[in-house]
Amino acid sequence: MSAMGEAAVLSGGDIRVTRSRRNVWWTGMAALAVVVVFALFPYYVYAGTTAILVQAFIILTLASMWNLLAGYAGLVSVGQQAFLGLGAYFVLILAIHGVSPFIGLPLAAIGTGAAALPLWWLVSRLRTGYFAIGTWVLATAVALFVQQFQSIGGGTGMPLSGLSGLDPTLLSAYTYWAGLLVTVLALAGVYFLLRSRVGLVLTAIRDDEQAARSSGARVGGARMLVFVVAAIGCGAAGGVLAIEQLQVVPGGVFSVQWTAEMAFAVIIGGIGTIEGPIIGTIVYMVLQQTLQQHNVWYLIILGLVAIGVTLFARKGIWGLADEKLGLRLFPVGYYLWSPGDRRGRKAVKPTA
Amino acid sequence: MAWVNAIIQGILTGGLYALFACGLSLLFGVMKVVNLAHGDLAVVGAYIGIGVIAVTHMPFLWSIPVMLILMAVLGYVLQRSLIQAALSRGELTTLIVTFGLSIVIENGLQQFFTANTRGIGVGSPIESSSFSLGSQIQIGWLQVIIFALAVIVLVALQYFLSASKYGRLIRAVADDREAALLSGVNSRHVFGIAAAVAFATVGLAGVAYGMSGTVAPTTGTDTILLFAFAAVVIGGLGSLWGTLLGGIVLGVAQQVGAQINISYEALAGYVIFLIVLVLRPQGLTARRTQS
Repeated sequence: MSAMGEAAVLSGGDIRVTRSRRNVWWTGMAALAVVVVFALFPYYVYAGTTAILVQAFIILTLASMWNLLAGYAGLVSVGQQAFLGLGAYFVLILAIHGVSPFIGLPLAAIGTGAAALPLWWLVSRLRTGYFAIGTWVLATAVALFVQQFQSIGGGTGMPLSGLSGLDPTLLSAYTYWAGLLVTVLALAGVYFLLRSRVGLVLTAIRDDEQAARSSGARVGGARMLVFVVAAIGCGAAGGVLAIEQLQVVPGGVFSVQWTAEMAFAVIIGGIGTIEGPIIGTIVYMVLQQTLQQHNVWYLIILGLVAIGVTLFARKGIWGLADEKLGLRLFPVGYYLWSPGDRRGRKAVKPTA
Repeated sequence: MAWVNAIIQGILTGGLYALFACGLSLLFGVMKVVNLAHGDLAVVGAYIGIGVIAVTHMPFLWSIPVMLILMAVLGYVLQRSLIQAALSRGELTTLIVTFGLSIVIENGLQQFFTANTRGIGVGSPIESSSFSLGSQIQIGWLQVIIFALAVIVLVALQYFLSASKYGRLIRAVADDREAALLSGVNSRHVFGIAAAVAFATVGLAGVAYGMSGTVAPTTGTDTILLFAFAAVVIGGLGSLWGTLLGGIVLGVAQQVGAQINISYEALAGYVIFLIVLVLRPQGLTARRTQS
């Protein structure tokens, strides 16, 4: 942690370097309190509400992963549905062999991460637009490949076994907790990854890839790590989806609409911030729930809003809030406090 | 004989894929941007064709110039407004805007025209007539016409780029935008012209696709965009003939795959794409050296 060492040296004088302009110890406590409150939900809300929240958890997990890819590593992937689908299918395959889906879930996430390695090798040489459409082609190829196997449902999919013995109330509570756990792990994983050395490399790549390369940053390695982490996160979300729907349908889990939803949520909430995907997921869920009577309208409106936001308010909703209030709930950048300056000024461009 | 038949059918389908791909390749060459809404624009072209015939009852052939003009205008306007605004904000923004556009178009078409598949009736016996080569190979006239159309469009595009005034301007802007600007070229107008040409070709490809089969709102992303991109990558950038070769390789791979097992059709195409990506990322025809 060379950056931390540097911070310690600097803080010997009048200059201080901190993670945030404001003291944020309460953010951690508040986040913990929110998680505890959410964890207690199955005891006092209707199952219908927890079912909606499971969808929100899936979208939030996916959005955090897409944010990591596009907002930090400059990898605009349109193929994340590949990993969502693989996660769902790994849970299904394990269930066919007698592994409980809830035990299969972490295994599926790890399996998806392992599958991401050869796929990364295929697309790693592609850049920007080529990468976007290359990942899309790859996801379609993966979907077609999976559908060749009749034993796991072929082109029509099959129901998830191994959960029929559970009481429905208990099952929905377990599903909810699994979704919550996956989301908390995803958010915490992204947060600590960005605060680590890799986070610094990613920030450097995002700001200027050539400069980062010539400073000796391991650009390729950092990108690969992000790709694999994002695959694990999307795989876990896919596993939760399979458990929630009690079936795996290839046309559903491998749909490019998943990537559209995660990308739009990130862009509307604020790309390149940890808080952005959370805000974006709330906007997404509100739109989806209000417009669900009207078929795909929520997706059309979401797409139009995302286009508008990316053109006219590039940093999204959270970016606007940050500009006005200097608010960072999950700081991963640095602030330099000059002597006598109580407000602090930006030393390293705050990144998240 | 079945194999020869598959190869011939593949070559003919490849022409259609090249027609899909040439607009994508043109816009990438000029603006260094992959238009993720490309496939959906082909579907828009097909739906415009269907709509024009349904509303005005004009013969099929007459509806094509109407569609071409509408698509060219749409291309110019969209380029000068949305895409240019995105371009000036960077590559990531352009990708997000075109991806957003793709999702909005696809779901908008689904909302207004339902998810049903539609075909374009040519209104002539040529639609279903075919001739035979030997005893086992049947070739549809429509397929031959579409292949010829693709070759004509590619030749015309090549001529347009190399000999016409706007073609020279497009190449100048593509090679060195600053130098072109200094020489007094209005690069935004040139981008608009390039987009108008690209949209017209992809609209034509959409109509051709609707003639030889059916289109639905999801066809744009499920099939057209990915096939067009695969054809561009297999063929290699910077050459329209490379795109034709790429389309043919893709078409033949799909038909041969389908010959082995009908469910391998699309997968075989993507496998060839991935093999080329790994072994020869610059495409089958060598890429022009970039300045």
